[in-house]
Amino acid sequence: MKKEKLRSRKKEEGNEGFNRRDFLKGAGVAVSGGILAGETQAVAQAAEETSGVQGPGETPVTLRVNGETKHLNIEPRVTLLDALRDRLDTTGAKRVCDRATCGACTMLVDDRPVYGCTVLAIEAQGHEVTTIEHFSQGGKLHPMMQAFVDHDAQQCGFCTPGFVMACIAFLKTHHNPTLEDVEKGLGGNLCRCGTYEGIRHAVLQAAKTMTAEKEGGLANG
Amino acid sequence: MERFEYASPGSRKEAVSLLAGEWGQTEVLAGGTDLVSSMKDRAVTPKRVVSLKKVSDLGGIRNSGKELRIGAMTTLRELIENQHVKRNHPALLESADYIRSEQLRNMGTIGGELLQRPRCWYFRLGYGLLAQDNGKPLVPDGDNRYHAILGNSGPAYFVSPSMMAPILIALGARVELYSAGGTREIALEKLYQTPTLANEREHTLHPNEILTEIIVPHPAKGSHSAVYEVRQKEAMDWPLSAAAVVLEMNGGSVSKAHVVLGHVAPVPWPSPEAEQALEGKAISEETADAAGKAAVSKATPLSMNGYKVQLTRVAVKRALLQAAQGGA
Amino acid sequence: MAETNCKYEWPAAGDRHLIGTRISRIDGPAKASGRAKYTLDVNLPGMLFGKCLRSPYAHVKITAVDTSAAEKMPGVKAVRVIQGPGKEIQWAGDEIVEVAAASEEAAEDAVRAVKVEYQQLPFLVNEADFDKDKSAGRTKPAAELKVGDADKAFADPEVVSYEGEYGIPVMVHCCLEPHGHVVEWVGPQSIRTFSSTQGVSAVPGQFAEALSIPANNVETICRYIGGGFGSKFQMDRWGLSTAQLAKDAKKPVKYLLDRDAELEVAGCRPSGFVKVKVGAKKDGTLVAWQSDCWGTGGPSPSGVLPIPYVLDIPNRTRRHTFILTNIGPARAWRAPNHPQAAALTMTAVDDLAAKLNMDPLQMLMKNADLASENRGKVYKEELQKAAELSEWSKYWHPRGDKASGHIKRGLGVSMHTWGGRGHNSNCQITIQPDGSVTAELGSQDLGTGTRTVIAIVAAETLGLPVEAVTVKIGDSHYPYDGPSGGSTTVGGVSASTRRASVDALQQVLAAVAPGLGVPADQLVAVGGKIQAKGDASKSISWKQACRKLGVKSVQTHGKNPGQCSLGSSGVGGVGVADVSVDTETGQVKINRMVAVQDCGLIIDLKTAESQCYGALIMGVSYGLFEEKLMDNATGRMLNPNMEFYKIAGIGDVGELKVHMMTGPGYDERGVIGLGEPPVISPGAAISNAVANAIGVRVPNLPFTPDKVLAALAKGGMA
Repeated sequence: MKKEKLRSRKKEEGNEGFNRRDFLKGAGVAVSGGILAGETQAVAQAAEETSGVQGPGETPVTLRVNGETKHLNIEPRVTLLDALRDRLDTTGAKRVCDRATCGACTMLVDDRPVYGCTVLAIEAQGHEVTTIEHFSQGGKLHPMMQAFVDHDAQQCGFCTPGFVMACIAFLKTHHNPTLEDVEKGLGGNLCRCGTYEGIRHAVLQAAKTMTAEKEGGLANG
Repeated sequence: MERFEYASPGSRKEAVSLLAGEWGQTEVLAGGTDLVSSMKDRAVTPKRVVSLKKVSDLGGIRNSGKELRIGAMTTLRELIENQHVKRNHPALLESADYIRSEQLRNMGTIGGELLQRPRCWYFRLGYGLLAQDNGKPLVPDGDNRYHAILGNSGPAYFVSPSMMAPILIALGARVELYSAGGTREIALEKLYQTPTLANEREHTLHPNEILTEIIVPHPAKGSHSAVYEVRQKEAMDWPLSAAAVVLEMNGGSVSKAHVVLGHVAPVPWPSPEAEQALEGKAISEETADAAGKAAVSKATPLSMNGYKVQLTRVAVKRALLQAAQGGA
Repeated sequence: MAETNCKYEWPAAGDRHLIGTRISRIDGPAKASGRAKYTLDVNLPGMLFGKCLRSPYAHVKITAVDTSAAEKMPGVKAVRVIQGPGKEIQWAGDEIVEVAAASEEAAEDAVRAVKVEYQQLPFLVNEADFDKDKSAGRTKPAAELKVGDADKAFADPEVVSYEGEYGIPVMVHCCLEPHGHVVEWVGPQSIRTFSSTQGVSAVPGQFAEALSIPANNVETICRYIGGGFGSKFQMDRWGLSTAQLAKDAKKPVKYLLDRDAELEVAGCRPSGFVKVKVGAKKDGTLVAWQSDCWGTGGPSPSGVLPIPYVLDIPNRTRRHTFILTNIGPARAWRAPNHPQAAALTMTAVDDLAAKLNMDPLQMLMKNADLASENRGKVYKEELQKAAELSEWSKYWHPRGDKASGHIKRGLGVSMHTWGGRGHNSNCQITIQPDGSVTAELGSQDLGTGTRTVIAIVAAETLGLPVEAVTVKIGDSHYPYDGPSGGSTTVGGVSASTRRASVDALQQVLAAVAPGLGVPADQLVAVGGKIQAKGDASKSISWKQACRKLGVKSVQTHGKNPGQCSLGSSGVGGVGVADVSVDTETGQVKINRMVAVQDCGLIIDLKTAESQCYGALIMGVSYGLFEEKLMDNATGRMLNPNMEFYKIAGIGDVGELKVHMMTGPGYDERGVIGLGEPPVISPGAAISNAVANAIGVRVPNLPFTPDKVLAALAKGGMA
């Protein structure tokens, strides 16, 4: 935000001008709530100097995506999903509901599945981001992808990358799942064409394949 | 989404110093699933977002021997996997299990879960927390199928969205809040309020204060607890009504009952009526149903949500029966 | 029926190696790995992002639009007023201004800077209350249908009649990939569009006309599409403005709808509400029907629901009234008007069966011959099969599950019909001297398996494995193909591909005949070889055979329609639902869903079954969850998101059983479309199953707890 002059301020959820000085004034409001004024202001000022407030304009952001380091210059409001899709042409993860509901943007952050649509890219710094592209490097399909193909667990395919990612993550924590486990564990993804029948079979098949591969020492996790 | 400044302070002290003294200017970012979504909806439009991810002492779960102290930034996944929680508070696991999305459990924090904003569609469409269009309340004559049946005399009609607050309140949880003035500890129940003005929020946290810890006392010996949610979908979905119960037992009968309803009022709704109906009684189909009936005895449904009265009555009954069967 | 001795006819059952087997979709790996590029994934050098300002009001006149601030915003390259002063907006979410900017965020900021003034007009967004619709002056009657004399039939003392009310609300398509395009100008009069469309060959003409450029100067590409379900045939107003912005900015522009707009304006299945009287003789023979139906598909009249559905009851009167509302405009939704018709017919018949103390499956069996085109025999076979698969005789019971406890289980049945004749299609097959084979069609694969079907037909014809055929679709530069609507694609592309492949093979055979010393008409292509019929010793591998072509490649063109019939039209199907209802909470859970479906000759059994599984799931979704909720106070859609526009998740659909009717009696009909029909019955079947479980009809879909509890309170067994 530019340090433009304060114009007007709405009481709740105001949109208008707001600058660093206002924060201090704001802190002052709380003072009347019983907080020591002097200390508050001192703390606020100290923080202003050390916290490294970034934005609202573009700011350098460094991401680790599928093992590679990527440097971007983006606003803090840019989500991880949009950074990947719009700036890094990494489009496997899809933007569908855009509100942490449908799972089409599922990716792994530090090996755990998340909704990329509601992670700020700036917050993903210092973490390992893994997208679906990682699991078919060199053209070889991950066993989960192969299971999706074998069981026709996809139609239009738009929910598929998110589902595949959710399923890969699911099997990391469920080595020998039951059908009920599968249905409970994949409640964070939605499909419109109706491919759940195939997905149920695919996950159960992949669980077997991956266990067999592990036991045969062909994979290391 | 509007543009905002982003700050990622390293300490709680620094964090609160970055927060404005009035609502609307700054927002605290925890897991992000709700805040980022509400910013996209423009239900909130902060000028600065203060992330708590780098504040080191907001995570972890400690067992003091008589209570669990859960850092506000503990993710739901960490909570579920924690041995102390498993041992002492299986009802919390039950509650987290209803959040049927592994992604949400990985991202979402316990603090964020307790302080998430209401799902009221008028709020999300930009008509404010009190859902008014040029001063005219939209809920009473509008589509209120998911709105409040208790504590709904207005102007607030939304329902508290937290899925874990009811059981935590029933367990007697307290929260530690931190601001520049220091630390205060209040009952979790007191964290919630029904706003009456457009510039109020549905919780009592000060704008430049953060939730740092949730303190859950160990259950009394022989007590039982359970959570029951009525939802449409097996997949991730919002409850239509929910009940959390904790029963302290004296032999076969209830010495003290804690019954808290969820998704029926602008705040998690403790039900003294249900609690009184249970005291001194053994849990049976009849007493559980009587408690359910008592829980909704003062319900004042709106034009389209009368069915929630029935759902709530049943949720209370089933939570009690589940608890009595050893439940969680 | 296929003509005999036609060189194109489908191979006899014993000669089929691929057709009718289960083959994995050939684009499965691309989709499962995330490599498949959809329109939403297209990123071109220098590309700008579009965003649209949409009306927050349902019915207004625009009085002023000021874009000056938006134009000055950083990163903004072009601004277009789509509907300016004087225009009347008929639904919330309608387009007003589109901007193109260097980033999505900049475009969004610019949209926020546009100032619009509106004059409010009265609106109607909910139509279920017919009296209110009338008093709002929003009704428009359609032509009445009258066959026989219903009044007289009802007056017969031997006729038992039932009067009921039923309804199915407006729902939306909710394609996971939103509508939209990326448009780039490749010359002063030429554009390339990447479009999320069901009609790759049809969209260029729409752009050309709107932009006044030659149609041949428009190339439309859609390699993959993230769902359409009938809603993606048009360029749409935002397609045109995106092209105009690209021209103004001299850069490619990408604009696909945000989720809220996708649900508000880009998909709407019309509703249907009805007051029905249906009568039958005491033995269950249906004799009379009378219905007053109303429904909305937005501000213009939409289709008349074809009721009574499937069963041409001899005496029938049907009145239909369009309700003109300020909701988003109607679009075709998977089997347009049929799911509604089933939900308004099969329910009434089921209620009459209950009144007659008849098993509703037997009642349908008894009346199956009322189906048109003499399809009664097929329906009877299908009802029989559905009864077996659902263990109907074990689980069905007269109205109202008498078991103790609050969980009541019930079964319900419905049947449906569809056309599905193959559309116009052109396939070009190219065989190179190195043996490589390519099939090119200006078609598209909605996820139904179009690519796979083309590969199977070409490979079967040429005696090759599926992998040997490269299928190129999704580009309007390939030969014209029909839009994928009405379940017409599989019949079209399979026939054109067959014809092109047969002709191509003949040229290869002619080239190798002299060398093998066998007349060309005595040669067959099988197992990757060309060989003499009945004499495998005289053979040559496919690659060697193609080398005989010398330097010339073979290129043939197959059409549909064309010589000899390879497909037909008219299918039937039966759906059964098995549900449990919690009478204390009104929650409905699916135990099992059954689909029995015929569709003539099946090319790929695997993807055909997937269509049925998917249809059952979509049916569960609209049966239990889906409704476009419109607000009387604000005129806006209340659930333009995927949280409260609820669609079924993986744990909501129960056990699914699919049976495809194949073999003698079916295969010889040739190829018929399948994408739509199996989605028709589930809603009605679920409605009937709920009634069977709880002993009372819940009149309107979807079966949410509020509706179920209300019905129980009125007269059920709570």
